[in-house]
Amino acid sequence: MTSRPTDLLDKPAPLTTRPLKIVIAGGFASGKTTFVEAISEIQPLTTEAPMTSLGLGIDQTGEVRTKTTTTVAMDFGRITFEQTMLYLFGTPGQDRFWFMWDELVRGAVGAVVIADTRRLADSFAPLDFFEQRGVPYVVVLNRFDGSLHHEIPEVRDALGIVDTIPVLAVDVRERLDTKKVLISLVRHAIEQRKRGA
Amino acid sequence: MSEDPTSGGAAPRFVRQFALTQGRARSHGEDLALDTLVKITPVGERALPREMAERAAILRYVSSPMSIAEISARVGVHLGIARVIVSDLAAAGLVAVSEAVTGDGRPDLPTLERLLNDLQAY
Repeated sequence: MTSRPTDLLDKPAPLTTRPLKIVIAGGFASGKTTFVEAISEIQPLTTEAPMTSLGLGIDQTGEVRTKTTTTVAMDFGRITFEQTMLYLFGTPGQDRFWFMWDELVRGAVGAVVIADTRRLADSFAPLDFFEQRGVPYVVVLNRFDGSLHHEIPEVRDALGIVDTIPVLAVDVRERLDTKKVLISLVRHAIEQRKRGA
Repeated sequence: MSEDPTSGGAAPRFVRQFALTQGRARSHGEDLALDTLVKITPVGERALPREMAERAAILRYVSSPMSIAEISARVGVHLGIARVIVSDLAAAGLVAVSEAVTGDGRPDLPTLERLLNDLQAY
């Protein structure tokens, strides 16, 4: 297990390929993994982290303290470009896993919040989270059934989303739709960066 | 989830995973981000025949760059374990890793503009 440096060049130079990440957020069953699957070049994968190994495994009840088997699972996919690898990470659904979100958004390009128009209230917490941390984000209304329960202006109004933040109604199963969303997010991130925000 | 009747079966696996890292849940150095890219070095390629178990499995996966999260998923170890093993491999010069993001620094403008072009062409 132990290794000794053999010479001064032992420490390799950092990779020239750079990682980029976009966070896909939304409530339970809002279509996060479907979104990732539609655009990812690989079948979505799942990584697991036991809560206790992170040293943060205590929920409101304190019950988790003694359990080592509770895991946070995150689904993700990727797209490989010439100089970068873009990873798309779905957020863990449950509220008690918020601590994972801090790591997820650190250095992220931005976030996509998938709002379920039948349960708009589920979107408040993710929107607040990204807003408070200055993470660029766009909001997606998932039109699984081809129709929307609310119009975009109504959703903007209900969620208090300002005009500068894109809101798109798309079918998250469709590759071209998800691509449109990611492009919209990156454009938004560029604008936010240019404004010095 | 806490009442999952199958959860008891996960404990030995969990213990074994920590045995792999000699009981460490955290790396010696900076914690590697879950999107840190990892790639084998020539030194790593020469060392690979002598490596075993998860270290060997990881080295075989990273002939082209792969993130820690993806390594964790493909090798079948928890994220924290993947971080520790990759950190060890990097310290021994067997893998190269992408540079860490400092603070919560977001991608700069040229990076974002290149990503926009890449996505439009994808």
